[in-house]
Amino acid sequence: MAAGDFLSSIELISPSEFAKRKIQSLQDYSILAGQSVANLFRSPRYGADMVQQMDLIGFGSLPIVLASVFFTGAALALNSATTLSRFGATTVIGQLVSIGIVRELGPVLAGLVVAGRNSSGMASELGSMIVTEQIDAMRALGTDPMKKLVTPRVVATVVMLFFLTILGDFMGLLGGSVVASILLGMDAHEYWSNAWQTLVFSDVFMGLAKPVVFGYIVATVGCYYGLSTKGGTQGVGRSTTEAVVAAMILIIAVDVFVTRFLMAVLGA
Amino acid sequence: MVTPTLPAATLELARHDPSQDVIVFEDVAIAFEDQVVLDGISFRLPRGETKALFGTAGSGKSTILKLAMGLVKPDRGHIYTLGQDVTQMREDDLFELRRQVGIVFQESALFDSLTVRDNVAFRLMEESTVPQEEIERRVREALRFVELEHTLNMLPSELSGGMRRRVAIARAIITQPETILYDSPTGGLDPVTSTTIVELIVKQRDVYKTSSLLVTHRLQDAFVMANHCFDAKTNHMRHVGPGERMEVPMAFLILRNGKVIFDGDVHELARTKDEYIREFIS
Repeated sequence: MAAGDFLSSIELISPSEFAKRKIQSLQDYSILAGQSVANLFRSPRYGADMVQQMDLIGFGSLPIVLASVFFTGAALALNSATTLSRFGATTVIGQLVSIGIVRELGPVLAGLVVAGRNSSGMASELGSMIVTEQIDAMRALGTDPMKKLVTPRVVATVVMLFFLTILGDFMGLLGGSVVASILLGMDAHEYWSNAWQTLVFSDVFMGLAKPVVFGYIVATVGCYYGLSTKGGTQGVGRSTTEAVVAAMILIIAVDVFVTRFLMAVLGA
Repeated sequence: MVTPTLPAATLELARHDPSQDVIVFEDVAIAFEDQVVLDGISFRLPRGETKALFGTAGSGKSTILKLAMGLVKPDRGHIYTLGQDVTQMREDDLFELRRQVGIVFQESALFDSLTVRDNVAFRLMEESTVPQEEIERRVREALRFVELEHTLNMLPSELSGGMRRRVAIARAIITQPETILYDSPTGGLDPVTSTTIVELIVKQRDVYKTSSLLVTHRLQDAFVMANHCFDAKTNHMRHVGPGERMEVPMAFLILRNGKVIFDGDVHELARTKDEYIREFIS
């Protein structure tokens, strides 16, 4: 493509038009996110679709969530050992890994991994349905795509991310344990009892409240970008990329606010 | 071209009785971005009639079908489908109305992750009150109608373009709606497959007395529909001779620059003096 053609293909819009579009997008996203929950209280409810999505999202993501949190737990133990050995405090590695994984890294990593895998999947699947008129066909056949497609994905992601995080937390602690006992020569029993005893209600609550929020973000962002796809197969690719980027950034940013909020509420 | 003798007076009377209209457009306008697509169009589809919509690419033919289903909202005007103003209805209420209207999309729009059986049964399965045996029976009946019973367990990707259109027709007729909207059902198909699909539309019109809006680029298809009726004995359509006084409820609507420039039957179309239309049909 010549430089002139390239420049002429770039759409120039005024700042006010740009702001208007962004606000419109935010409004559309808010409506979708709100309806996805409101639909739970209105019939029809698609139980079979929810179970199918749970299988696709939950079991499909299980290996990568477990692997990523396991290795992060191991790396956390390694890194903390270097610092803690200077103070002769390597025995508290279990506590450090436990707090780090359960409160923060477990939920965030599980959220990011599920976002990478499923926000993109939802955006591409729904985007393809948009460009091939399947969503219009569904509406024309008298079925609400919000109820049939969006709500089951939101419910499935929230539920499965919750359980994935619990399993991921355990794998993270296991990763730390492997490093602590094999590489650092610590007693495994000491590691686990330290890790277990240091956890209090607020740590566990915080670690399990976050995946509910992150799951909601992953599914609603993926569905929103999928359903707002424009421009054929190229548009599907664009939606997929944007969905992953937006979901990941949102998870990381929202994590700060959720952490602060829960700390204030739980006093921890 | 030989044209059948149509009871134009009967159709004319039906046009003036609002209760006999299944779809009514009143001064409807719509623009996408800055492009005006429809600019104040009005027409009526009387019950039992098939109306073929013509116009150049981008003239808003497919948009008319989506407007009639309430899939898009007009910028101006009113649209009455089965007596209800779809421009004033909420999306939730539209779902109920849409269940009474069938639509065949341009590219079939079959659900590609579902089998032919599940595609055709989609509407019935959504109702959740229809027993499985009843669904199975009606799916087979609809697929038999389009002569594709053997494709029951196949995926849409395993079908040819013509077969996909026929499955889409089966999906549209499974609940026997009183109105069906066809969006270029023969577009891009070979003449033999096109004739099969035209015959199915004629069969639906004459056997089940279904009203329909038909978007097409192929004028010859519409003329075939206007010249033929379905013979239930032979299970094929047959030509209506010039001497036969048989009702063929077929009308034509031509769009140009967002406006309706012709709305009438095949006789009126043949008599028109409009240069553009004459060039269009020649």
